Amino acid sequence: MPHDHHDHDHDHFHHDGMSPSGHPYRGDNDGPLSYWQRMEIAVRELMVEKGHLTPAEIAAQIEAMDARSPANGAAVVARAWVDPDFKARLLADASEASREMGFDIGPLNLIAVENTANTHNLIVCTLCSCYPRNLLGLPPDWYKTRAYRSRAVREPRSVLREFGLDLPDDVTVRVHDSTADMRYIVLPARPEGTEGMDEAQLAALVTRDSMIGTGVPHKP
Amino acid sequence: MAERVRVKALTPPGHVRAPWYLRGKLGVIERPLGAFANPEQLAYGVPAEEKPLYRVRFTMAEIWGDAAEVPADTLDAEIYGHWLERVDSHAP
Repeated sequence: MPHDHHDHDHDHFHHDGMSPSGHPYRGDNDGPLSYWQRMEIAVRELMVEKGHLTPAEIAAQIEAMDARSPANGAAVVARAWVDPDFKARLLADASEASREMGFDIGPLNLIAVENTANTHNLIVCTLCSCYPRNLLGLPPDWYKTRAYRSRAVREPRSVLREFGLDLPDDVTVRVHDSTADMRYIVLPARPEGTEGMDEAQLAALVTRDSMIGTGVPHKP
Repeated sequence: MAERVRVKALTPPGHVRAPWYLRGKLGVIERPLGAFANPEQLAYGVPAEEKPLYRVRFTMAEIWGDAAEVPADTLDAEIYGHWLERVDSHAP
């Protein structure tokens, strides 16, 4: 049992490895600052000193960035499911359509790609970790791994099977590598049996992974 | 008919955003995206020219050959115009 490490009772304050209760320690930030960390602090303090920014504005921006979540993208998807005109605008210009719904997506160039009965889309950024953060929040850790980034373009069907999605060969897989200035969101297919549901109920079915393409929406 | 292009098989030094696995590969323009500042200059903090950017669609067969899971599956990537050469479909 991981919590029964009684033989370690004599060194309670040894902070490498596991805690007395069997949990790994998270290291303290005792190392020296990196070049870029020092640069960030220097620039931030100068900006504050010179009156271009206040600490409150910086804190508010961090809070706004952390507050973004896949719920934003889910609202966009649900609107597209219930409103064909909105869906047409979303597929024509996803940035404008998102702004129309009141999401502040800044200068983001967003492209929505639609899953249908015979097409499944998958998003990856092989070069780094480009992700539609304004609509989906921070990317999951696996999205940034070399394993996902390299395998999604080479063996997407195998990757999708590991996510629990086994696609028949007559469904075309379209992988989108965000190599430059665009960001992508998948418009998943509306699940069957949702005819009577309203927009909010539909949005609750839309998962983060269904908007990356590694999943499909929940069934009602 | 979609315009056929080939990604230039160059290996310049420095920061580029044309993925290695697509260099030399043949695709079609999926859509033009407009002009964007060249990341090869932006990366070094020097004035960047605007370059046309395209979404180019490749088949998995073109990229991976026999190793493709399903040959007709596709991959779309954004490639700057100066990395593309037009391929004449009527060439002998």
